[in-house]
Amino acid sequence: MAELVSHPDEIKVVTRRFGMGATNIDRYLELDGYKAVQKALAMPPDDVINLVKNSGLRGRGGAGFNTGMKWSFVPKQSPKPKYVLCNGDESEPGTCKDRLIFEHDPHSVIEGVMIAAIAVQSHAGYIYIRGEYRYLSVIMQKALQDAYARGFLGKNIFGSGYDLDIYWHGGAGAYEVGEESALMESLEGKRGIPRIRPPFPAVVGLWGGPTVINNAETLASVPHIILGGAEWYASLGTPKNGGTRLFCLSGHLNRPGVYELPMGYNLKKMIYEVGGGIPNGRSLKAVVPGGSSTPALKPEEIDVAMDFDALMKAGSMLGSGGVVVLDDTTCMVKFALRTIKFYQHESCGWCIPCREGTDWLKKTLTRFHQGAGLMKDIDNIQYLSENMLGRTFCPLGDAAAMPTIAFVKKWRKEFEDHLEGRPCPFEKEGAIEQLPVLSH
Amino acid sequence: MKFSEEFEQRFAEMVTHYPTKRSALVPTLLYAQDEVGFLSDEVISELASRLALTELEVRNVISYYSMLTTKPRGKFNVQVCTNIACMLRGGEELLHHCSKKLGIGHKGTTPDGMFTLEEVECIGACSWAPAVQVNYDFHENLTTEKMDKVLDEYKKRGTQ
Repeated sequence: MAELVSHPDEIKVVTRRFGMGATNIDRYLELDGYKAVQKALAMPPDDVINLVKNSGLRGRGGAGFNTGMKWSFVPKQSPKPKYVLCNGDESEPGTCKDRLIFEHDPHSVIEGVMIAAIAVQSHAGYIYIRGEYRYLSVIMQKALQDAYARGFLGKNIFGSGYDLDIYWHGGAGAYEVGEESALMESLEGKRGIPRIRPPFPAVVGLWGGPTVINNAETLASVPHIILGGAEWYASLGTPKNGGTRLFCLSGHLNRPGVYELPMGYNLKKMIYEVGGGIPNGRSLKAVVPGGSSTPALKPEEIDVAMDFDALMKAGSMLGSGGVVVLDDTTCMVKFALRTIKFYQHESCGWCIPCREGTDWLKKTLTRFHQGAGLMKDIDNIQYLSENMLGRTFCPLGDAAAMPTIAFVKKWRKEFEDHLEGRPCPFEKEGAIEQLPVLSH
Repeated sequence: MKFSEEFEQRFAEMVTHYPTKRSALVPTLLYAQDEVGFLSDEVISELASRLALTELEVRNVISYYSMLTTKPRGKFNVQVCTNIACMLRGGEELLHHCSKKLGIGHKGTTPDGMFTLEEVECIGACSWAPAVQVNYDFHENLTTEKMDKVLDEYKKRGTQ
């Protein structure tokens, strides 16, 4: 199954209870569970918000917005009910970390939702888990049931006078639904089409009420921050990038796995020391630093701190923590093609630049990889991708365009090597001629 | 139309979790599909009526979500991921291997109704790639040999 790995450089905050049976509520309580929420209940809500703000915790789903600041946008008074929504729709290629949190420490997610609710004075929360994660939904439903049975959820939680309900909700297969506004549409029982912003969810969210939406790892970090303090959490990372995060190492590595490392950990070290380097005597060709939506880095670019700001400066993004390593047997054109195929498949179809753009890119890159590409295609791929940026309701269009621009700019020579009917230089002996086509 | 006792209890409880009944639609569709095998006209009509929606509204929602199907499928849906992390570790070869072994292509079903094969997007097993999901079960760190064993196990299970 999904084995756990470890490395001495890990700092175990979110993962500290992994492998210790913490799905069992008594075990969770033994391991400092449900202490943080009781501390939060005794604090003024604004103090909870400021604590989280000062910890430097930033969204672990990919966007990296300061969590406490997001909470502070929720209006104090609201004619409509306020909600907390945990985004457990983990679907970004390269990302498999929330899965482990749901599997090994589901109560920490529940507790995080509870603290967020208390901070913004909401009385209802939802934990949305992607449909494919059924075994994890079963675990979460049991955890919620146990929390209710102990009086930690429902009316008058912990005898505090505060009422709070948290419900599980399941998806049924859709990457776009991980986008916060499409997530809300899905939870409301509709197609996952994004909403235009403003207004932002913190002001107008679920059923029109103010809604805090946070990634599962973000919420799972919150109880630890409440107990350990803002200074402590902030000190683990880099300025404005507090704490640790779960990095999912995958691809051509000797030791793939999910590792919790401090924010700002060096990518080169992560690949070679934590991930054990590249197998079979091959060399590094490219790294996708934070899930498929992030521009790939060349070997000369990997000496970089893995935090939100340093990667942004380097022309990429920390994203979801999905570190995908490519060796020199990889065809970058094929990799670019598979990446764009994903976005074309998952595009909800609402916005023309995304729907038509991803489709044209997929068709062009398919033709290109088969050897029927033209020189002008290379420039057109870049030009079209650039014209998709910032012109859609949601970032899926950007997520498709930015990596494509990087592939074409940084590995242009490889695209040129596919011209004039030349066979792909990387296709192995007896490789599959035709990729089965994903239908929609 | 009635579903199993378990479904009915779950459904009755679930609709109380939201301010609008419609919100129960997506998870309920998946639970109904698990039970009936696919979303038949009868199931769609029943759920539409229970949630005060038109059948068209329900079908619009179904068509958006990739796990939902209005066509019968095999007993075991073999979902092979070929997205980037799995592709780098042999996901495509695995798909091709399954396709040849089962004699079907993407979304095809074996004549004995045992297996359906599907090429899927990232299932969240990247660090244990290449990975396959059969119905809801994860199978990871696969090779074609291991995959053969997995399929044989399901075949055995399916003929019992």
